[in-house]
Amino acid sequence: MGTIIIIGVITLTVAGIVLSLILYLVAQKFKVVEDPRIDLVAEKLPGANCGGCGFAGCRALAEAIVKAENLEGKACPVGGVPVMAQVADVMGLKAEASDPMVAVVRCNGGKCNTHKKVSYDGAKDCVVANQNFAGEGACSFGCLGLGNCSRACKFDALYINEQTGLPEVNQDKCVGCGACVKACPRLVIELRKKGLKDRRVFVSCINKDKGAAAKKNCDVACIGCGKCEKVCPFGAITVANNLSYIDFNKCKMCRKCVAECPTGAIHAVNFPPAKPKVEKPAEETAQVNNDNNPQEKGTVNENI
Amino acid sequence: MKTFNKGGVHPEENKLASNNKTKVFPLTKKAVVFVSQHLGAPATCLVQKGDKVKVGTLLARADAFICANTHSPYSGTVTKVDVAVDFNGFKKPAIYIDVEGDEWEESIDRTADIKREITLEPKEIVQRMKDCGIVGLGGAAFPTNVKYMVPDGKKAEFLIINGVECEPYLTSDNRIMIENTEEIFIGIEIMKKALGINTALIGIENNKPEAIKLMTAMSEKYKGTEVVPLKLKYPQGAEKQLINALTGREVPSGKLPIEVGCVVDNVGTALAIYQAVQKNKPLIDNVMTFTGKSVKPENQKNLLVRVGTPLQEIIDYCGGLPEDTGKLISGGPMMGKAIMDTSAPTVKTTSSILVINEKEAKRQTPTPCIRCGKCVDACPMGLEPVLLSTLCSQDKWEEAENECVMDCIECGCCLFTCPANRPLLDLIRVGKFKVGALRRARAQK
Repeated sequence: MGTIIIIGVITLTVAGIVLSLILYLVAQKFKVVEDPRIDLVAEKLPGANCGGCGFAGCRALAEAIVKAENLEGKACPVGGVPVMAQVADVMGLKAEASDPMVAVVRCNGGKCNTHKKVSYDGAKDCVVANQNFAGEGACSFGCLGLGNCSRACKFDALYINEQTGLPEVNQDKCVGCGACVKACPRLVIELRKKGLKDRRVFVSCINKDKGAAAKKNCDVACIGCGKCEKVCPFGAITVANNLSYIDFNKCKMCRKCVAECPTGAIHAVNFPPAKPKVEKPAEETAQVNNDNNPQEKGTVNENI
Repeated sequence: MKTFNKGGVHPEENKLASNNKTKVFPLTKKAVVFVSQHLGAPATCLVQKGDKVKVGTLLARADAFICANTHSPYSGTVTKVDVAVDFNGFKKPAIYIDVEGDEWEESIDRTADIKREITLEPKEIVQRMKDCGIVGLGGAAFPTNVKYMVPDGKKAEFLIINGVECEPYLTSDNRIMIENTEEIFIGIEIMKKALGINTALIGIENNKPEAIKLMTAMSEKYKGTEVVPLKLKYPQGAEKQLINALTGREVPSGKLPIEVGCVVDNVGTALAIYQAVQKNKPLIDNVMTFTGKSVKPENQKNLLVRVGTPLQEIIDYCGGLPEDTGKLISGGPMMGKAIMDTSAPTVKTTSSILVINEKEAKRQTPTPCIRCGKCVDACPMGLEPVLLSTLCSQDKWEEAENECVMDCIECGCCLFTCPANRPLLDLIRVGKFKVGALRRARAQK
């Protein structure tokens, strides 16, 4: 009886040693050398796999960073500067200071400011609607309001305001991944610099029709009059194809253009309310803005 | 009686205006003519503000291969060259003409007598089609001359003439077959000469007995052209379905009708070719139908309308819109598009203004798919609309391409037959658009 136990123990021990030896050798032979930094970098990234960086997911970005040994053109828009600083620490590199971006809706037409000509009851999809007609308000450039952008947003930062029929961006949740920009068939949404103290000045219109035609369909359209271009002291504004555009890299947020715009198409967001002693024209414009806009002062598009 | 083999549906016919004689629509005061009214590359505008034009003056020239000329349908002064809104609400380059009188170019033969002798050589015929800006009047507006340049290695055996008019409500093709029978036959002789063949088949659905009778009688006189009455089924007027119905052949996936030796043209195009070749008249007008269930019988009209006439004037001429109008459609109810702006002008291929009442205009709310497979049975192209629409709604463009989304002819049978009112075709159209863009991007690489 005792021998059987001893034989059993010895056999299993020997078998165990032999098998573990084989496993060890196989493991040595087929070892995959992976840079340990990939795991370290991936750990620092948010792990939402949103694809906002342009790579397939967080790990793909980590692999790309480690492989390239630099951070050029590779940044996590979700984590922003703090995360990239941590990644740079891991990599022993210096983090590039990249400005955080935010999605901006460049249309203020919607249900309130355009004149509804027809009603659409087709598929609730902007791409489908864009193939069929110009839009309920007859503007062939503006937002269709069927919500492809809000469905594309993985961070719950965009939704369609039922009252205005326009998408609104929650700037605290928006990470600037650009999914909504790609989802919009009319390129209404643009990524712009979040700006100092979250303040931004932008033209909330992309209508390239001539002034009269644009104004006919929408009260707050850019008519391409060029007043903003003339008044801008920094050369940040260009008017091309009857449409004004503010270069956010040049704009110093003086808001002269906001006061000048006759249709209130230029929006300034997150600025403190205008003081009573502000010059008259600015006040008037602010007033016009208030009248035309069910939202306050054209600022609320961004703010919730 | 013949018909095509796969799928198809039977919508209500509603050919309400089929017995109403074609009337010539009076000239408008201010015409708007789109520079490009065809499928393919845009044409180059040749006129500018202040130019005097006559009826038939060339307004825009075709510079590319797949492109068509545009001629002035009116005489008068060009007031501006700008953009104009089309009936979908999109802006396109257009020429505005203030109409003064009705002066035609001298080269156009305006006499009513029928000219039977064909003097032009095949090459000259094709050139004349191009010069006169003839496009396919079946709806796609494909430049006709391109079809007659048969590529090397291919041979045309059959000329197929589409007199099917399978879309409900539309009656304009029916009217021209009754009223311009001989002109159409001469047009067919011209087309046969251009192709160097002697066999033509005219397909007409059997809900047009008068047209079948007149056309068959005329075919005695013109040998080699046969009128084939077809069993009623939508979409028989689609070229691939018509080829199948008449010859039993099937056009392979992604290929053109010439692959099976066929060239397909509409009866309207045959008439336009007759006028271009024998009378030197460019394509400046066509017959269109004003109809709808709630339109009074005396207002149901077939009208010969010049290109560039505002739709609103046609509506006013026909007694305005009935009170319960819910939607206006340009084209048939199955494939036509909703008109959102009636100030838009007509184009070469405008075949109707269809008035749909409020009740029928309302689109039903889609409910979940019940996997009944009706759309698969109905699809005349043998596709699976339910699968394609799912793939397209999930942005799976490559998979949709593998499932032959590009073979879809957008006939709308799937939408018509779906008991769950799902927007199948809307989604498939998006897929076609995206896959087309993908293919172009691949070709550029």
